[in-house]
Amino acid sequence: MTLPQVPILPILPELILTLFGIAVMLFDPFTAKPHKSWLSSLAFIGVLAALAGNVLLLAAEGEYYNGMIIVDSFSVFFNFLFLIIAGLSILASRQYLVREGVNHSEYYGLLLFATVGMCFMGGANELIMIFIGLEITSISTYVLAGFRRTDLKSNEAAIKYFLLGSFATAFLLYGIALMYGATHTTHLSQISSALLTGRIDLRLVLAGTALMMVGFSFKVATAPFQIWTPDVYEGAPIPVTGWMSVGPKAAGFAAFLRVFFVALPALDQKWFWVLWVSSVLTMTIGNTAAMLQSNIKRMLAYSSIAHAGYILVAFAALTPNGIASIMFYLLAYSVMNLGAFAVISAWSLSGERRVTIDEFAGLGYRQPWLAAAFTVFLLGLTGIPLTAGFTGKFFMFRAAINSKLYWLTIIALLNSAASLYYYLRPTIAMYMREPGESGRTSAPQDSAPLQISMATKVVIAVSVLAVFYLGLFPSTILDFAQSSAFLVH
Amino acid sequence: MLRSYLPILIQIILASLIGFGILGLSYLVGKHKPTPEKLMPYESGVRPTGSAHERFAVKFYLTAMLFILFDVEVIFLYPWAVIYRELRFFGFFEMLTFILVVLAGYVYIWKKGALDWNKN
Repeated sequence: MTLPQVPILPILPELILTLFGIAVMLFDPFTAKPHKSWLSSLAFIGVLAALAGNVLLLAAEGEYYNGMIIVDSFSVFFNFLFLIIAGLSILASRQYLVREGVNHSEYYGLLLFATVGMCFMGGANELIMIFIGLEITSISTYVLAGFRRTDLKSNEAAIKYFLLGSFATAFLLYGIALMYGATHTTHLSQISSALLTGRIDLRLVLAGTALMMVGFSFKVATAPFQIWTPDVYEGAPIPVTGWMSVGPKAAGFAAFLRVFFVALPALDQKWFWVLWVSSVLTMTIGNTAAMLQSNIKRMLAYSSIAHAGYILVAFAALTPNGIASIMFYLLAYSVMNLGAFAVISAWSLSGERRVTIDEFAGLGYRQPWLAAAFTVFLLGLTGIPLTAGFTGKFFMFRAAINSKLYWLTIIALLNSAASLYYYLRPTIAMYMREPGESGRTSAPQDSAPLQISMATKVVIAVSVLAVFYLGLFPSTILDFAQSSAFLVH
Repeated sequence: MLRSYLPILIQIILASLIGFGILGLSYLVGKHKPTPEKLMPYESGVRPTGSAHERFAVKFYLTAMLFILFDVEVIFLYPWAVIYRELRFFGFFEMLTFILVVLAGYVYIWKKGALDWNKN
């Protein structure tokens, strides 16, 4: 019997994150309560170490572990994205957790473990591996969503996400099983070549494709599987909501893209129309419902649904340029949304009060810098020129136009224009309304000067810089994305 | 492909035959003279009081869950032990890694007080 050689390099970022995750969990019971914050620093160092490990991956392209893991620039790009998201989220959570009295280090451990799962989803070359990555991510996310465990809404969010998420995972798993039954393999490129031989039961493959699509659509929250999003995003702790709306969503899209473009290109004319319809529904539902919200977290939840719809527009383009633009947009969207949630977290009061749009009144006078940053993020999400949101949307819609998807692009542009209405509402409240005008009487301690920690300031500053950098000089990132969007042949 | 599942089918049939067979035989052959004492949950034991449908402390579930977790992890040791000679040092270090991770979890729950029944 020959023993397997175990290369460590291809999963180096995952290994580093796992080690640091275990260390954070293990040190937590040995750390006295006032000193818990050093564990969040430890988690942050873990993310930095994993980033360094990810750089080494660039030189190790290829398939590993019997083809289960693939290292290519696509997976490396997504690893960078997940690690950046994890790092910013750790920094953005520190002050919040202390304020809400839930400064348990398990938070950081779970965040690291979830990032491990996300990295596996980006680097998976095989359906079972994708499933495992998805489960690692989801289970950590369920716990994080209910992290304010004495709060009913947080509990509701965790239970809802857990029940519906398990259900969606079952769909995905059943799809994988049918695909394996039809093609006798779970390896993505082998599925693709099995489909080309024509000696397979196409009905099974189509049923499997449909079920997998349900699973992925749930995870990235696209219509008609977006119903869970607003409730879960509203109930989860603010930094978790920010993280959930970018991290697991990006991981879902990474796996979604790889499965459909590597394994199922032979059927693209069949799933194209599903994407088309889902895209239109997702954008329209997300934007329409976002206009009606009074809670800023719910509004951004619907906005994240709408953004998933824009991403599907580029998905439906079925070209490498479309994939590259999605990768770029996921990065742009991540920094904008994480920044916006960092501002919300800084402005809200303990117990997650002061999170309705009206209650942002007066922020412009009391905290001009915070308000300016928030405006930048909201304008970025709208897609105003000079910001990352504009360049991202521009590349995505250009990819759609190049594939002659004129109607889809027009619908996306109309949606994008309509979204200006609800993104401007907090801005108007911040600059043009007096606090208390909405009829709420604010308690005296609520008007005390805001204490914003250094970590939160760093997150907001980095996000603002990234929004402008990606908006003004997109070519470096886009070139890298384009070099890795090999997926379509 | 289905043929490879034949042994599993045979095992299921055998297992149910033995299980139902023994129960059925004792039902058919044995004598039945039920008395109230015999029908109590604990014959010659303490008389039951109240309903069994009560709310239990969450501690029971926690303990049960932790037990299952570590029990399942121990099961992985059996196949490993069977082919230990073939795996040699590779197997040794793989299992060492696994045990260390489990141990980390054990230290974590111990220090957190999850094994301490009196702690709230």
